[in-house]
Amino acid sequence: MTRASNRTLPWKGPYAPYDLVKELFVALGVITLLAVLLTILFSSPDDKPSTIAQWSTAMPADFVSTAVSELDGTSGTAEYGPPYNHAAEGQHAAFLKPQGWLGVSHPINTADAYVFEPLRSIPNDPALQSAVATYKAAPAKQQRQWAEAYGKALENATVEPSGTLKVPPGEYGPVPVMMGALLGLAQTGSLEGNLLRSNQFFQTDYTKPLLFMADGKLLEERAEEQHLLGDQWGMMNETGSYPGQSWLWLYTFWYQIEPFKASENADILVVLVMTVLSLAFILVPLIPGIRSIPRWIPVHRLIWREHYRAQSP
Amino acid sequence: MTPKRSWTVRTREAAVGALPPEKLLPDDQPAYVDSWIYVFGVATLAGLIVIIGSGMILSLKGPAWWHDTGVGHFFNSIHLWAVELFFFTMVVHLWGKYWMAAWRGGRTRVWVTGAITFLIAIPAALTGYVSQQNFDAQWISTQAKDAMNAIGAGAFFNVTNFGQMYSWHILLFPVAVVALVAGHVLLVRRHGVVPPFELSARTGAAAPSAAAPSGAPHADPPVGGGGAPS
Repeated sequence: MTRASNRTLPWKGPYAPYDLVKELFVALGVITLLAVLLTILFSSPDDKPSTIAQWSTAMPADFVSTAVSELDGTSGTAEYGPPYNHAAEGQHAAFLKPQGWLGVSHPINTADAYVFEPLRSIPNDPALQSAVATYKAAPAKQQRQWAEAYGKALENATVEPSGTLKVPPGEYGPVPVMMGALLGLAQTGSLEGNLLRSNQFFQTDYTKPLLFMADGKLLEERAEEQHLLGDQWGMMNETGSYPGQSWLWLYTFWYQIEPFKASENADILVVLVMTVLSLAFILVPLIPGIRSIPRWIPVHRLIWREHYRAQSP
Repeated sequence: MTPKRSWTVRTREAAVGALPPEKLLPDDQPAYVDSWIYVFGVATLAGLIVIIGSGMILSLKGPAWWHDTGVGHFFNSIHLWAVELFFFTMVVHLWGKYWMAAWRGGRTRVWVTGAITFLIAIPAALTGYVSQQNFDAQWISTQAKDAMNAIGAGAFFNVTNFGQMYSWHILLFPVAVVALVAGHVLLVRRHGVVPPFELSARTGAAAPSAAAPSGAPHADPPVGGGGAPS
C-alpha cells in the first residue's frame, strides 16, 4: 500500500439516521447489566494476604533460614543490586544498563533492616544484646561461618510444640540466640510493624516486608497452588479461576520460551521486545506491509458486506 | 485588545471551526456504517464509564472497604468485570479497525491515540491489581518489580509501595486514559468513520477510494467520510 493508496475520497453516497447519544446510553446499559450479571455469577477473588506472623508460625524453619540469608547477605534481596543495594550491577541488554544507571533509590541493608533493627526493639533482654554485640564484633569471616553453619543445620531442624526451633548442636556462635528472638518477635506479629517503621507516623510503603516475604517460600508456595508462577504464565493470572490480566498474554509469553526463559536478563530483554512491538503497534499506519494486510486479506468485505452488496450490479 | 484578537475568541473559533456542532454530534451517518463491529467502540467507552463509576464508589469508602463488607465486595466485583469487559471490547474494536485499515484518509492520529490508550490502560489496570491489599497484590507486586527495576523504572515507580500505586491507579492513569479517549473520540468526530475500500470489479482487489453507487448524497458531506462512532 502506498501513501497515495491510504487516501480516501469524500463520501458522496446516502446517509442514514444514526442516534449516537442513544447508542452510548444503550451500550452503557448493556455493559452495566453484563458487569452486574458477571458479578452475581462469579463475584471477584479476594484471597487474604499472607502475614509475617503466619509465615513464621507455619514455616518457622523457612522464616529463620530466610532471616539468616538476610543476615549474611545471601538472600535474593541482599544480592539484588539496584534499586535496593550495590550488591550486583542489575540486568542489562548489550550496552543498555538502565537498572544500574538509575542507581540505588530504595536502599535496603538486609542485615540491618531485617535482623538488627527489629532485634533492637526488644527491650530488657541482656542475653540478646550480648549476642548481637558478639556477632557485630566478630570478623566477617567468622560471621559468615556461623551463619552458614546455622543455615545448613536448619535443614534438619525440628519444631517444638511451643513453635520454636530445635537445631542439632554446632558452632553457630550467637546466631541461634538472635534468630530465636527474631522468630519470637515475628510470631507475635510485631515484626510487620517494625519493618514498616520510618520517620513518618502514617505508612503506605510495604517494600521492606514484601521483599522479605518474597525471599522466603510462603508466597511462592501459595502462588504455585494458584498457578501464578512465572512458568505458569505468572502475573497475568490471578487467584481462583478468573481471567486475570489476559491482556498481558504476549508479555508473559516471552518468559515461557528461550532465550528469555533461561536468561539472567530476561526482564529487560522481554521489556525491550515489548517496547519494539508496542511502537510497531502504534505506528501500524506507517509500516509498509503491515498496513497493507487488511487490503490483501479482505475481512473488510465481511464488515461492509451490505455496502458491497449494494454496489454489485 | 479587540475581542477578535483575544485568546478566548481564537480558541472558540478554532474549536467550532474544527468541530461544528453538527459534526460533533451528527444525527446521521454514511450508509456504510452498518455493522456490529461499530458497536465495540462505544461499548469500550461504556466500559470505561462503568469502571470510573464503580471506582468512584470504592473511593468513597477507601481501599480497605471492599474486603470487609458485602456491598464493598459487590462494587469491587463490578469494577473488576467492567475492566475485563473494557479490555475485551477494546481489543475487538482494535482488530475491527485494523481490518478496516481505519487509518486511511488522514486518520493516522485516530489509530495512534487508540493504540496508546490501550497501552496506557495496561499499567492503569496493573496498578489496580497491586493496590488490592490481598494475596494477589502481594504476589503480583513482588513479581512485577523485577521488570520495573530491570528497565530502571523501579527507581521512581515502586510497585511494592501501596501508597504510590494507589495514587497512580485512582488519579494519574485514569486522567491519562480519559484524556486519550477524549482526544480519540474528538478525532473520530473530526475525520469521520473511514469509508470502505472500493472494490475493483475485475480483480476483486480493494482500491483506495470509496464512492457510493447510488442513493441521495448528503447535503454537506464532510471530508473523509462524515462523523461516526469510534
